This record gives sequence, structure tokens and C-alpha cells, in this order.
Amino acid sequence: MNRAGAIVGRIAQIIPTFFLIGVVVFVLARLLPGDAVSAMLGDRATDEAVRRITHQLGLDRSMVAQFLTFIGQAAQGHFGQSLAFRVPVASLISERLPVTLLLTLMATLIAMCMALPLAFVAAMNANRWPDILIRAVFQVGLSSPVFYVGLVLLTVFAAGLRLFPVGGYGEGLPAHLYHLFLPALTLALSFSAVIMRTLRGSILAVLRAEFVDFARAKGLSARVILLRHVLRSAAITTVTLVGLHIGSLLGGAVITESVFAVPGVGRLMVDSIFSRDYPVIQALTLVLAVLVSLTFLATDLLHGWLDPRAGV
Amino acid sequence: MRLPFPLIAGLGILVLLLLCALLPGAIAPYDPLAFDYTAMLAAPGRAHLFGTDQFGRDLLSRTIHATRIDLQIALFATIGPLLIGGAIGLLVGWFGGLADTLVGRLIDLVQTFPFLVLVIAIVAVLGPGLENMYVAVAIVGWVFYARLMRGEVLVQKHADYIAAARALGYSQPRLMLRHILPNAIRPVLIYLVTDMALAILLGSSLGYLGLGAQPPTPEWGVLIADGKNFFTTAPWMSLFPGLAIVLTGLGFSLTGDGLADLMDVRR
Repeated sequence: MNRAGAIVGRIAQIIPTFFLIGVVVFVLARLLPGDAVSAMLGDRATDEAVRRITHQLGLDRSMVAQFLTFIGQAAQGHFGQSLAFRVPVASLISERLPVTLLLTLMATLIAMCMALPLAFVAAMNANRWPDILIRAVFQVGLSSPVFYVGLVLLTVFAAGLRLFPVGGYGEGLPAHLYHLFLPALTLALSFSAVIMRTLRGSILAVLRAEFVDFARAKGLSARVILLRHVLRSAAITTVTLVGLHIGSLLGGAVITESVFAVPGVGRLMVDSIFSRDYPVIQALTLVLAVLVSLTFLATDLLHGWLDPRAGV
Repeated sequence: MRLPFPLIAGLGILVLLLLCALLPGAIAPYDPLAFDYTAMLAAPGRAHLFGTDQFGRDLLSRTIHATRIDLQIALFATIGPLLIGGAIGLLVGWFGGLADTLVGRLIDLVQTFPFLVLVIAIVAVLGPGLENMYVAVAIVGWVFYARLMRGEVLVQKHADYIAAARALGYSQPRLMLRHILPNAIRPVLIYLVTDMALAILLGSSLGYLGLGAQPPTPEWGVLIADGKNFFTTAPWMSLFPGLAIVLTGLGFSLTGDGLADLMDVRR
């Protein structure tokens, strides 16, 4: 198959994935204890009111009909009304999703800035003390829960040294970046451990590869070899890792946003559970899964562009 | 045979934690529930090594007593996924066919959802609490075990010893349980140990958010959440239970790494 065909084929795969995500979220919503109507109306609703709302919501129709309506509505971005905020779920999510995306992006950049140089140092000194020290520190990082790291950073840098705000999001981009720095650093600390581990291995592999010996034999300086060959492969590794771990990054964002009171979709999700705001939980689960599958797609395409051997 | 250092260190930590979980009363210096109004929010010192909380309860004792719940989480949050995923992986790996294809698709689908988000969504449906958390983790987490087990079974299925056992006329269940399973389960069990570290992180995170263990159950995440309102005045309330989580996570992941080294299993 030619390259363009392969790319189109990969993009087309996303459609059945979206459909199946819709099935899972629909089934999840039907498992609710009691039913959605009594959750909306409360315990004191009359039978007549329950019947009316059930009919209005279409809950008295067949499962298949309900599912088709749900998929059709979701495809158009209609997720119904939030029970707690009394506004459309879609506007609630579109307001808060950019916050979470900015947080995730910042965390990825910070994680790369930390992991890349340290992975180089570790790989250059493989199995000597700098390598062992770096790996031990990151092992501790991997064993630390995100919420705990967040609380420690909050205590030291926000409450103690007063270098950063204790929480919130601020007004305007500079303020956003300032407010999100500590939460992003929190997320980055655990993610950088993942990147560091893999990068160290791939740098070691590249340094041992024949083309690097060849470049050295050609008389290229160590710096040129590093920049041209090792950094390229490091970029490929990082892109792949972001794709693979976008799910755990978003999961980490749920917790980080709760610790730092960041108004993103993660905090919205946790708040919605306590207010039993089922339409919001359902829509968020769907939107985040769609986001992950789009990231998988983007990673595959980007990977193909960075490394033509990969196929797509 | 020389044991790898990570294994010795990891097992050492786990033995210590197991002692705390089994004999908290013998190790803890105080009753974890005893109020002491003369020592409220006391900083760590000789009388209270980890300090006290707003009711004067000794935090060292509370942290030690919480070990039992958190080790239970490590066990119960992994045993369900292990049994379900292991059985499914063994069956579809052995029989193949349409079931294998369908299960493969299902595994891909579940992995499209961010793990924590899906677990939280299921806990939202079932209601907060430890038991429901175990159910949610089993519903989502089996896929990792199924994928691993299926891959191993596919490798073992074509080994010479299986051809020999088939030639002897052994029944399918006997081949699967007596021959394939013991050979395929090693990497799965090593993953189980590493997964216990993740289970502790997950369990304490949900406890912190109020979705896992419910107060007054002594659980490290819950203890940290108790302390978060005092983080400017009494940071030790959250600091020490958190260190217990880190230590436990290290114990499990070092043990897992060491076992992998020892058995020479690729990861």
C-alpha cells in the first residue's frame, strides 16, 4: 500500500473506535443505581412527574433507539444539561478542557526538559555512580503518588516560600502559566521518570549502533553525532511515550487539579461524582477517551513522519 | 546463587511492612484512636516521633495501623484482575479463533480509556468505598493480565513439550492447567508484584479524593487528606503517611525488578 493510502487507512480506523467508546459509555450510564430520573428529581417526586420526565428523556423507548439517539446527540456535541450547574454539559466541558490540555502540555514539556539531559548523563555513565544515582532518584519518583508530590510542592514552594500561588488559574496566559507551573511540575515528575528510563535505553542503543561508529570514523565531532543522530531518536522515543502515556497523564491531571484547585475537566469529574452529576461524568468519560484515541492517531502519524521505517 | 540487591532491599521493606500490618498493636507506641488534648498538633519529637494530629492522636501509631488496609488494597486490587485476566488470556490464547479476536478488540477498547478516569467513572456509578473500588479496578485492570497471559500462552503453545504431551493423548484441560499454565504464569506473577505498587498508588489516591477507603478507616491516602487542611501549620500530618506510601511502592517495585532479574524475564 502506498504511503497516502496507509495514512488514510489509519485515520479511518478511528471511526469504529469512536463508535465502541460510545457503546461503553452508554452501557456504563445504564448501570446507574436506581435510575437517572430519580437521581434528577430526588426522592419526593410524584409518579406522574417521573413518568413525564422518563418520556421526555426518551427512557421509555427501546435500548437500541436510546443508543442511536445518544450516539447522534454525542456526535453533534450535545450531552444534555448538567444537574449541578444547570447549564449545557458541552459548554461546561469546552470551558474547562483547554485548562487541562494546557496543564498536560506544560507537564510534557517540563518532563522532557528534565528527562533529556539526565538520560544523557545516565547513558554516558552507564552503571557508574551518576547513572545509579539518577535511576535511584527516579525510582523514588515512580513510587510517589501524584497527590502527595503535589502537596509537598504546595507546602514548600507555595505556602512556605510563597514563590507560587496556592491554587487557581488566574486571568490571561502569563497568569495561567504561572498558576499551572507547580501542578505541571507535579505531573512532570512522575512522567519524566518514565521518559528517562526509556530514553536512557534508547540512547545506549543508538550509541552502540553502527551508524554512530561510522559517523565517528568520518571524523564528526561528538556534539554533531549527538545532535544529529541521538537527539532525533530521542525525539521519536518521547513522541511515542507521550502517545502511550496520554491516558495516565490525563488521569494524573484529575488528581493534580484536585490538589491545586485548578478549574479543569479533572476537577470537574471528581466534583461531579460527589454532586451525582451523571450527565457530566458520562460526557467527560466519552470526551477523554476520544481525546486519547485521537492522541494515539496523532502519535502514529507523527511517528511515521519522524521515522519513515515505521510504516504509517 | 547470589540474590540481586533490589530483591533483598525490596523483600526487606515488605517484611517490615508485613510485621506492621500483622502486629500493629505490638509495634505502635500509642493507641491510634486515643485523643490527647494536652498534645494537639504537636510537632515530631521524642514523645511523638511523627507528631500528632488536631486531636492529639499519635501519627506514628496511626501510620502503622493504616499499613494493614493499604497492604489489603495491594492484594485485593490485583487479585481480581489477575484471576479474570489470567483465565481469559489462557483460554483465548489456547483456543484462538473468533473469541481471541473479540477479546483482542475489547482489550484495545478498554485501553483507549484513561485507566484512572474509567475507574473513577465506575466508582461514581457504584458509589465510593473500598469494595466498589476493587470491583472497578477488576473491570478495567484485567486487560493488562489478559494481554500478558495470552502472549505467553501463544509462545508456549508451540513448544516441543506441548507437542509431546499432545502425542501422549492428554486432555485439553490437563494440557492447559498442568503444562501451559505453570510455564506461562511466571511473567504474569512478576507483573503482579509491580502492579501491587501501582495498586497502592491508586488506592491511596482514591482514598485522598474521598472515593476509596472512607474515614475513619485508617488508610494512608485518607490520613494525608486529613492533614491537607493543616499543611501550613502541621505539615507532618501529611508528610509521614506519604513517606509510608513511597516506601511501600519502592518495596513492591524493587521486589518486582529483582524477581525479573533473577528469573531473567524480559520486560
